[in-house]
Amino acid sequence: MTNNKKIYDKGMVIVGLCIFVVVITFPFWFNLGNAAPAPEPKIADKAKAAKECVMPKEYMKIEHMQLLNEWRDTVVRDAKRIYVGSSGKEFNMSLTNTCLDCHTEKAEFCDKCHNYASVSPYCWECHIDPKEAK
Amino acid sequence: MKSSRRKFLKIAGVSALGLGAKPVLDVLAASGEHETTSTPEIKKGKDALTAKRWAMVIDTRKIESEEDLKPMIEACHKIHNVPDLENKNHEIKWIWTEEFQHGFSTQEYEFADERVKHLPFLTLCNHCENAACVRVCPTKATFKREDGIVLMDFHRCIGCRFCMAACPYGSRSFNFRDPRPFIKETNPEFPTRSKGVVEKCNFCAERLAVGKMPACVEASNGVLTFGDLDDPESEVRKLLKTNYAIRRKPALGAGPSVFYII
Repeated sequence: MTNNKKIYDKGMVIVGLCIFVVVITFPFWFNLGNAAPAPEPKIADKAKAAKECVMPKEYMKIEHMQLLNEWRDTVVRDAKRIYVGSSGKEFNMSLTNTCLDCHTEKAEFCDKCHNYASVSPYCWECHIDPKEAK
Repeated sequence: MKSSRRKFLKIAGVSALGLGAKPVLDVLAASGEHETTSTPEIKKGKDALTAKRWAMVIDTRKIESEEDLKPMIEACHKIHNVPDLENKNHEIKWIWTEEFQHGFSTQEYEFADERVKHLPFLTLCNHCENAACVRVCPTKATFKREDGIVLMDFHRCIGCRFCMAACPYGSRSFNFRDPRPFIKETNPEFPTRSKGVVEKCNFCAERLAVGKMPACVEASNGVLTFGDLDDPESEVRKLLKTNYAIRRKPALGAGPSVFYII
């Protein structure tokens, strides 16, 4: 009977494994506790004064991209441009003329979270931020 | 005790199924509620102008020179953020002028009268009844609206330029470069385009939606008339009834919606 369970160069293998695990997990423990805090988007004064958005705040937080997608399709395809929001108020479905009219600080409102979440929506390649245009 | 074990397993199975179904039902119930609160109404503006088939009549008898047409071109290009590129290969145009010989290449030209021969003709997208550009577009970025306007959804344009090859009127331009630096005065109310999309006249769909006539018509001093081709009482139909008008390259069967009174 021969013993098959022997590891050759046991010491070397274990040291190697340890180094491997340390190297592979390096990014995790190196950045431990250094996570960037979630940004708090700044609500512009005009938006604060308006008190309400087209839909409730919680909905807008999670679903604004779906809402904007729906807006762009109905405006372009169906020529329907009026949106009756959750409070019964009518809005012109326009990113520049309605959203940015209240949320005047695109950099502080849109970009802050988008940068944090590392998403780069291409809205602004065509749609104008009135502030940047000036 | 065999039978009781069997029973136990049966009961256990059914209860597990029941427990598993609960969260699923909860989710379904929640999504149902969700739907009802998040389907607000979407509608047309109350001032929106509507038609079965929008059309334009250009009275060329009222035009003498290029100068008469400039204000219309400028009005359009200004409000739609059309860039002014010097390189002719990169040129973007929604509305422009063409000589009779080129614009109406299928018409008799050699013995045409002097006025027509040298007159600048205002040309733009014809918003054809059977638009070739709509048929060839692989992404349906170009489509025909219910009111006859051939419109572009820039979000979906992939810049393949099939539509440019298909359009017999040269109405389409491609953005070879980022147009923004070449827009003299940006109109913040209308988007610009990005590099890599095709663009063209939209019959001022955004103005019709708020009850305004197209910008070129407004700036034309009565040279251009805009209306519903399907309505026998409309201004355009009245003009066409009493005047002889031609269209560009009619033999192609595209059915342009822009008419020229000669």
